[in-house]
Amino acid sequence: MNDMADTGTITETGTVVERADVEAVNAKATRETLYAERVKIHPKLVHGHWRRIKWAVMGVTLAIYYLTPWIRWDRGPNLPDQAVLIDFANTRFFFFFLEIWPQEFYFVTGLLVLAALVLFLMTALAGRVWCGYMCPQTVWTDLMIMIERLVEGDRGRRIVLDKLPMSGSKLAKRVIKHALWLLVALLTGGAWVFYFGDAPTLMVDLVTGQAPIVAYTTIGVLTATTYLLGGLAREQVCTYMCPWPRIQGAMLDDESLMVSYRGWRGEPRSHYRKGESWDNRGDCIDCKQCVVVCPMGIDIRDGAQLECINCALCIDACNDVMTKINRPGNLIAYDSFQGLSAAAKGENHRFRPLRPRTLIYAGLIAVVGLIMLTALLMRTELDVNVLRDRNPLFVRLSDGGVRNGYTLRILNKEHDSMHVVLTLDGLEGGQLVLQGHDSGTVEVPVDDLQSLRAFVVLSPEATRKAMAAGEDVLDFAIVAHDTQSDRTSRNSTTFRLPEGR
Amino acid sequence: MNRTDDVTGFQTTGHEWDGIEELNRPLPRWWLMVWYACILWALVYFVLYPAWPLVGGYTKGVLGYSQRQTVAADLAKAQEAQSQWRQQIASADLTTIEKTPELFQFAVAGGKAAFGDNCAPCHGTGAQGFTGYPNLNDDDWLWGGSLDAIHTTIRYGIRSTSDNTRLNDMMAFGRDQILNRDQINDVTEYVLDISHQDHDAAAAERGKQIFTDNCVACHGEGGVGNQELGAPNLTDAIWLYGGDRNTIRQTVTNGRKGVMPTWEHRLDPVTIKQLAVYVHSLGGGQ
Repeated sequence: MNDMADTGTITETGTVVERADVEAVNAKATRETLYAERVKIHPKLVHGHWRRIKWAVMGVTLAIYYLTPWIRWDRGPNLPDQAVLIDFANTRFFFFFLEIWPQEFYFVTGLLVLAALVLFLMTALAGRVWCGYMCPQTVWTDLMIMIERLVEGDRGRRIVLDKLPMSGSKLAKRVIKHALWLLVALLTGGAWVFYFGDAPTLMVDLVTGQAPIVAYTTIGVLTATTYLLGGLAREQVCTYMCPWPRIQGAMLDDESLMVSYRGWRGEPRSHYRKGESWDNRGDCIDCKQCVVVCPMGIDIRDGAQLECINCALCIDACNDVMTKINRPGNLIAYDSFQGLSAAAKGENHRFRPLRPRTLIYAGLIAVVGLIMLTALLMRTELDVNVLRDRNPLFVRLSDGGVRNGYTLRILNKEHDSMHVVLTLDGLEGGQLVLQGHDSGTVEVPVDDLQSLRAFVVLSPEATRKAMAAGEDVLDFAIVAHDTQSDRTSRNSTTFRLPEGR
Repeated sequence: MNRTDDVTGFQTTGHEWDGIEELNRPLPRWWLMVWYACILWALVYFVLYPAWPLVGGYTKGVLGYSQRQTVAADLAKAQEAQSQWRQQIASADLTTIEKTPELFQFAVAGGKAAFGDNCAPCHGTGAQGFTGYPNLNDDDWLWGGSLDAIHTTIRYGIRSTSDNTRLNDMMAFGRDQILNRDQINDVTEYVLDISHQDHDAAAAERGKQIFTDNCVACHGEGGVGNQELGAPNLTDAIWLYGGDRNTIRQTVTNGRKGVMPTWEHRLDPVTIKQLAVYVHSLGGGQ
């Protein structure tokens, strides 16, 4: 507080009051609020190349989301005819020709890994295009804004409506808008549950109140979140809640394309009057059309920033203006840091899509894809698991022979029942006994898992011979052969003997 | 302290990490509202549910919710769900249980659990047995390996306190001076002979007579055993206490008196049935 004292003031009583040159930490002039009210954004409708792409992507992604559960797929009797179905009750995941069992869940893991790698590649090539076009938050926000625009008009009219006092017509507009938002939200939540049950049946059950409670709860939760995040929170989700803007920095480099304002061409910016010369000034006429169309409410001319979702609506808006004032387009464009700085120096720079980073991402995608394809092709319809008893490892029999116990799990992924014949291979003097089965044939029902106990008995002579040779582990295989489909599965395992002698 | 950042024009908080300064930007107000909502939720939860430990207990909450009660209710429900199986097992005979796949599965699962709790300390978790405690996986049975024989053994025990206990007496031929040292040696050689082990042929020849005089009554002609009396088969490869020369000699000298308790009063009849089916299913059942 007692910073360098300057000239004091002499009071009437003759004493001197020191004067300090200091500022309070929370001085009113510079004081910032701790919490800021949200600045409402009213994005203006824009027409153009990128907006058309955005409409198209929106249409396609929404169609995929809403219609996929309704695609039928004939799988024959006893199996659901829905092309994409997550069947929790029977722990199966149906995806067109694929039928994934719980132990094959790595296919789903692989798909997620692939999705992540594609996202990385996309970001390395063209920044946050995922955010701008395909992210569900963007798609539904765009849809909600479209509805708002239909009901309340475009930007200008919405701003006016906001300022008007409440009236009958304002109330009506608000009610219609929120009702439509809730309807979209309800349909969104509704479509989700169809992925988990037979869609036509579930539809009827939902309407007649017969559906399981979890279906209604799910719809309720998704309705609430869609309405809240897509309709009300919108850009706040991207700016404050989503971790992806923070992560993307690691995937971008100087060659990545991002929506950029070409300052070297636009600056110095100033208003333009018809007939004025374009010499000694930039192409930017500071009309702020790029700002009013931005769904994030930012000014792209401030450079790359966290809030930007790379949706390119500002490019459309600016190009529209450039055409009107008869200047070349793409003052705002997809450009890289390298491109921007090269152009500022008057050099030419070509976009380089092939860089170590993108090549590595693409290579990883190819590797994971190949691994998954191989796994898919090597998938077996007859799957046998052999689990050897570990307690006890072996049992001595009264005749001097030795017995080992095994648990066999036979999986029938076919849509026909199987007659599996089990035999031993490579164990001389061994005999296979199936508990509860008189013969070596087991019937495995359609789409089922059959678990059975099996004992392998080694004859006294073979036991003596093996033990005399100092063996305590014998390798052999249990062979399962399905007589119906002529499929065979060979499963290596071991036979244990007492040690010594 | 606080300075204005040149690039953004915003004030910084004055905190710096490796040259990176934090801008002093206000939080969105809705964020604050969400925080208040969380506090409100916490208070509501505190009132409704158990929340705070005290010295002699905890705050119960006005809903009176308790996880223990939930678990108890779940357990009761599980027992309720099992009761129809248990009733069927109680009324069915053992062979029927084994022939009915659902009942068999239920019995084996229940028997396995009961075995782990009650039998594993002596017979081992895999029923593999130890010296003096039979291996229940093999095909050699003292008192018989049929379902009923196993059931009787579990129910009444061996040399137990039950009135119906299975009982026999392997006498201490040496300690009680019924046989002398040489005779014991000879009969030991004979037992080695009939169990196909290395032996002294001359001694075994002498032992044969001793065996006929003293052992055949229980162990049978040629030592093949008698399950009626729980007398072990001495010709096979399985030994409860060991089949080597020293152990056999010790067995003849001192006798054996293994005990298995009766489970009649400790386990309910359904559990005993489940145990019998489980043991029978281990692979050695006859």
